Amino acid sequence: MTSPENPRLSREDVAHVADLARLALTDDELDAFTGQLADVLDHAADLDALDLDDVPPMANPFPLVNVLRADEPGNDDVRAEVLAAAPSVEDGRFRVPPVLGEAP
Amino acid sequence: MSDQALIPGWEVVIGLEVHAELATVTKMFSSALNRFGGEPNTNIDPVSLGLPGSLPVLNEKAVELAIRVGLALECVIQPSVFSRKNYFYPDMPKDFQISQYDLPINGVGSLELPDGRRIGIERAHLEEDTGKSTHVGGGGRIHEAGHSLIDYNRAGVPLIEIVSAPDMRCAEDARAYVSELRAILVAIGASDGKMEEGSMRVDCNVSVRREGTAGLGTRCEVKNINSLRSLGRAIEYEARRQVDLIESGDEVEQQTRHWNEDDGRTHKLRSKEEAYDYRYFPEPDLVPVEPSDEWIAEVRAALPMLPRERRRRLADAAGVEPSDTALTVERGMDDLAVDAIAAGADAARVLVHIANNLADGVGKLTAAPFAALVAMETGGDLTATQAKSVLADLVASGGDPATHASTHGFEAMDTSELEALVDRLIADHPDDWAGFVGGDDKERKKKAGFFVGQVMKATRGQADGRIVNELLARRSAEA
Repeated sequence: MTSPENPRLSREDVAHVADLARLALTDDELDAFTGQLADVLDHAADLDALDLDDVPPMANPFPLVNVLRADEPGNDDVRAEVLAAAPSVEDGRFRVPPVLGEAP
Repeated sequence: MSDQALIPGWEVVIGLEVHAELATVTKMFSSALNRFGGEPNTNIDPVSLGLPGSLPVLNEKAVELAIRVGLALECVIQPSVFSRKNYFYPDMPKDFQISQYDLPINGVGSLELPDGRRIGIERAHLEEDTGKSTHVGGGGRIHEAGHSLIDYNRAGVPLIEIVSAPDMRCAEDARAYVSELRAILVAIGASDGKMEEGSMRVDCNVSVRREGTAGLGTRCEVKNINSLRSLGRAIEYEARRQVDLIESGDEVEQQTRHWNEDDGRTHKLRSKEEAYDYRYFPEPDLVPVEPSDEWIAEVRAALPMLPRERRRRLADAAGVEPSDTALTVERGMDDLAVDAIAAGADAARVLVHIANNLADGVGKLTAAPFAALVAMETGGDLTATQAKSVLADLVASGGDPATHASTHGFEAMDTSELEALVDRLIADHPDDWAGFVGGDDKERKKKAGFFVGQVMKATRGQADGRIVNELLARRSAEA
């Protein structure tokens, strides 16, 4: 069930998240996604019925830790290929439109 | 240090975030080289470029170096998780940076300054570095640039971000903290600590409060600090700016500000309202890192001596306070000093020579001849000036101090010879001698200078001025 008035998520929240993700949504899409995302949150909220105070948040579904590689160089020489594939290159660097402001 | 307020009536509160590039061979999540300089985009691979389908695999060495940092800063080393920090900027081609957020590998710890005070560490976590942007046109200024050029050599280089508690109260404290942190990182081989090459970068959180109050004021974060000198200047400027705002009835707004070295000011980059919403979430392509107790113990056992331990060791050997040994340790000459003292050299002379005469390095000087030189000096065979020049010989060419001393003709003079010379000079210069014996303090001093000068002239500088003065005083008492 889509529920545009879901208390977990407002239309403004979705517009904000879409803006952060650089997605341009139409009004109709905003309505549709607000409903769909609210349903996802409702589904996840089923967990609230359980007492999970002593359960640590899971960062990954795999029962694995410390997957590491040795600090040894590889031989991926991709320079010529990727520079040739770039829309614009100058002095061996990727040329991009002017950026507004400093890196965040 | 902090007892003299920078701005009367106000206290400055400073916390620092230091990013240091870890000294690995390869990048954090791929086998591309971690190397400074070189042609743009030579140390790249699908992972550093964030190409679709590429997957990160964590570099074991980066984790080991992070553990070393944690141990050196006495942090709690804990299970940790990598997260995606999402933002759009061309320096990160994936459109996110992999960092550690709520579960950093190193939790709280502390750093001891050379004067013994401790600065709290809140965390020290792993993250990847970004690419380097060059803004073309508009004199290199971002807002006027025509376009930007991106070099991804640095993208994916492993970083440790060390976040201090807001425990510093003046620019001098902040400089001392960064300088000590750099010495630690270099000592443990975690980073080369070169601020000028950007392998160590400092962001600074500054707030002010009225003296005697406890709460924290609204802080501003200052970025783009490239040297210890800029760090001090930026803090002093920013603190003054905030005090001026408050004193003129305004409020400090929480901002990120950019230090401009040329005009010596900080400039607003963005306010809290415009703060980036990074939408952190666990990186699904990486599993948690949980260093075992065995691994941590192994890293601890291999840890070299830390600067604070070196200061303490030398202080114990020399019978001084650890803060008096900071310069020697900073110059990397504490092994030399400890060994020379163990070989019997006078500790005070050893430290003085290191402070005053070895600023350009030890060259070929080793502990045994250093100790022998100091012994000749304290035993009266060499004057301080002569010892200094023999020391320079030892630095330049090594060898034995006695040989260098005789090459210079620095022979300890027989006192009876010196006595005969003084007597002859007294006989040759009766008026000067009368002035010495009967004159006031000023005259006496002047004439003493004359006689010492004559002795030095006759002995080509070999006589010990102190002994000549003693002889003059004795003859004068007899007269």
